[in-house]
Amino acid sequence: MSDTQTIDKVVKQPYKYGFVTDIEYDEFPKGLNEDIIRAISEIKNEPEFMLNFRLKAFRQWEKMKEPHHWAKLSYPPIDYQDIIYFSRPKTQPKKDSLDEVDPKLLETYEKLGIPLSEQKMLSGVAVDAVFDSVSIATTFKEKLADAGVIFCSISEAIQKHPELVEKYLGMAVPYNDNFFASLNSAVFSDGSFCYVPKDTISPMELSTYFRINNQNSGQFERTLIIAEENSYVSYLEGCTAPQFDNNQLHAAVVELITMDNAEIKYSTVQNWYSGDEQGKGGVYNFVTKRGLAKGNNSKISWTQVETGSAITWKYPSVILKGDNSTGEFYSVALTNNKQQADTGTKMLHLGKNTRSTIISKGISAGESNNSYRGLVRIGPKANNARNYSQCDSMLIGDRCGAHTFPYIESKNNTAQVEHEATTSRVGEDQIFYLQQRGLSEEDAVSMIINGFCKEVFKELPMEFAVEAVKLLGLKLEGSVG
Amino acid sequence: MLEIKNLHANVEGTEILKGINLTVNAGEIHAIMGPNGSGKSTLAKVIAGHPAYEVTEGEVLFEGQNILELDPEERARLGLFLAFQYPVEVPGVSNSTFLRQAYNTIQEAQGKEDLDPLEFDDYVHEKLKLVDMDPELLKRSVNAGFSGGEKKRNEILQMAVLNPKMSILDETDSGLDIDALREVANGINKIADENKGVIVVTHYQRLLNYIIPDFVHVMVKGRILKSGDKELALELEERGYDWIDEELQVNGEAK
Repeated sequence: MSDTQTIDKVVKQPYKYGFVTDIEYDEFPKGLNEDIIRAISEIKNEPEFMLNFRLKAFRQWEKMKEPHHWAKLSYPPIDYQDIIYFSRPKTQPKKDSLDEVDPKLLETYEKLGIPLSEQKMLSGVAVDAVFDSVSIATTFKEKLADAGVIFCSISEAIQKHPELVEKYLGMAVPYNDNFFASLNSAVFSDGSFCYVPKDTISPMELSTYFRINNQNSGQFERTLIIAEENSYVSYLEGCTAPQFDNNQLHAAVVELITMDNAEIKYSTVQNWYSGDEQGKGGVYNFVTKRGLAKGNNSKISWTQVETGSAITWKYPSVILKGDNSTGEFYSVALTNNKQQADTGTKMLHLGKNTRSTIISKGISAGESNNSYRGLVRIGPKANNARNYSQCDSMLIGDRCGAHTFPYIESKNNTAQVEHEATTSRVGEDQIFYLQQRGLSEEDAVSMIINGFCKEVFKELPMEFAVEAVKLLGLKLEGSVG
Repeated sequence: MLEIKNLHANVEGTEILKGINLTVNAGEIHAIMGPNGSGKSTLAKVIAGHPAYEVTEGEVLFEGQNILELDPEERARLGLFLAFQYPVEVPGVSNSTFLRQAYNTIQEAQGKEDLDPLEFDDYVHEKLKLVDMDPELLKRSVNAGFSGGEKKRNEILQMAVLNPKMSILDETDSGLDIDALREVANGINKIADENKGVIVVTHYQRLLNYIIPDFVHVMVKGRILKSGDKELALELEERGYDWIDEELQVNGEAK
């Protein structure tokens, strides 16, 4: 087969997860106003503090403007009145039994490679499956409960553990934080909740698998993870969506909170539908993720592999409040065709001897644009704070762009901040060299990318790392040469 | 084993190879010499299938099969090897991972057994001795931060590991000091045997003090203008390349 044929074949390979599950919905009319917010809270039977939280956020949001001036992104204005803010599958499962879950939903997750039935469950990983912003099942709950770990949907947490939700919700991302976070705070429908008590190491990895299915509804999940003193949890997040011609707005909020000596490791493989070669369709992924390293000696680590979405706009960040606390950000962002990504992190050093590490790998192919944007801020009391940042960009072809915007603000002269950046290009010669050693073009590209991303992949849990390598290979096939 | 017939090739519309004829049989070592810009390296890359070159005429037969329609990896899997003049760096990929993946891919394509990491480790350590290479280089990323000499040694290590039927060594001597040159040449001599063909592309005669060629060809302006035995290489060393061109022009053979 000639090169061109191979490339054609691969480029036309459809997005593997682009199917739609045919299911009936209970949904609210399009548009957003105070009545909708009240109705969301009512249908979910929420306590009053939740309604108040939502209303405060909504009133704030009404006064805010969608930020458009600073990110290196371009897209037509979003009509916020043309979005459905609440939608859920009509058959509501009883959360404690999989038998009651619509078989179509179980099938959907089978197809995505995330079996939820007891016999087939991934051993060692507890899954919260979120379908169109509604949690449909959480596995291994009992085993986790034995260890004292609470892992459930946030709706369930609001019902069963309102005191925890009230105490921590909005602690890392306040309701008035930014336009999309306020929107999320007003309308979020579901998401995951995890609470790891004092002196507890979670006996298994936790994971949430997000699936968008409804074409016209916005996706607003809320995730809240709290690690009490001397505890540890590793959390994985996966995302896919069907292929639609229009754009779906996804504005989630993730909050992580660690107390003294606690650690949260949060890993994401984001593979929302990214639109076609012409840039039609795809998810707008405008997400606020922030960790509050509240306790001394605590640690928050973000690892992300961003491959999907038409537009990715997010900065998983850490507020290093506790003395000796550590923040880490390991990121691979890959853009192809007409995708745009503006992603990075914020490391806010408040406590003494705080440490942060930023390793960002941007890969741009096709006509895509990929920006790293990061802020390292050292507060006046953060004596001996240290930051190391490394931002590497790789270009494939000559029609794409890579940009790096590192911001550094230091108000303490004992701080040390280091920044390194490189840009490289995957060339014909590199591919040819590997092909001459017997590797196919696909294997050659995947080997080069894998090597480039190695420092990030080694932070991912094993199964995720394997998936990430495959995913990057798949996304890039045919884009070289 | 390798038969090149009337090979013409262009790069970006400029004809570089203007009708190359060359036959290499098993057990033979051929040296291709010539001044800069004569097309020696182009010939090596065209045989290996570099996509930047367009073949406009002619054939390259490898064990009787025309390989010009094959992708570079398909040629490699048949047993064709090119030691690069400028080996490419692949940061983040360990040399041993790379070598094993290449070895196993070629073994599988030839219907032979592949090796697991432990077996491969034993195998590769045997081969390291052939080129006198530091085992530490296996752990480092492919060619990344290697000195010029280490890169060339690494090429010959790959030749030893992949055990190709036909090897083309493109200016393997450039960038090597005299000791390294001797060690690398010794390695090549140990790998070469009566079942294998070797083409050595070089600018200088000095490599041929260690690798004794059966045939020497002089390439000028995209053609092989003169062939002979190793004495020809010595003559070139003494007289340079100009006389060949002039000799032929006097005889009216060159345009």
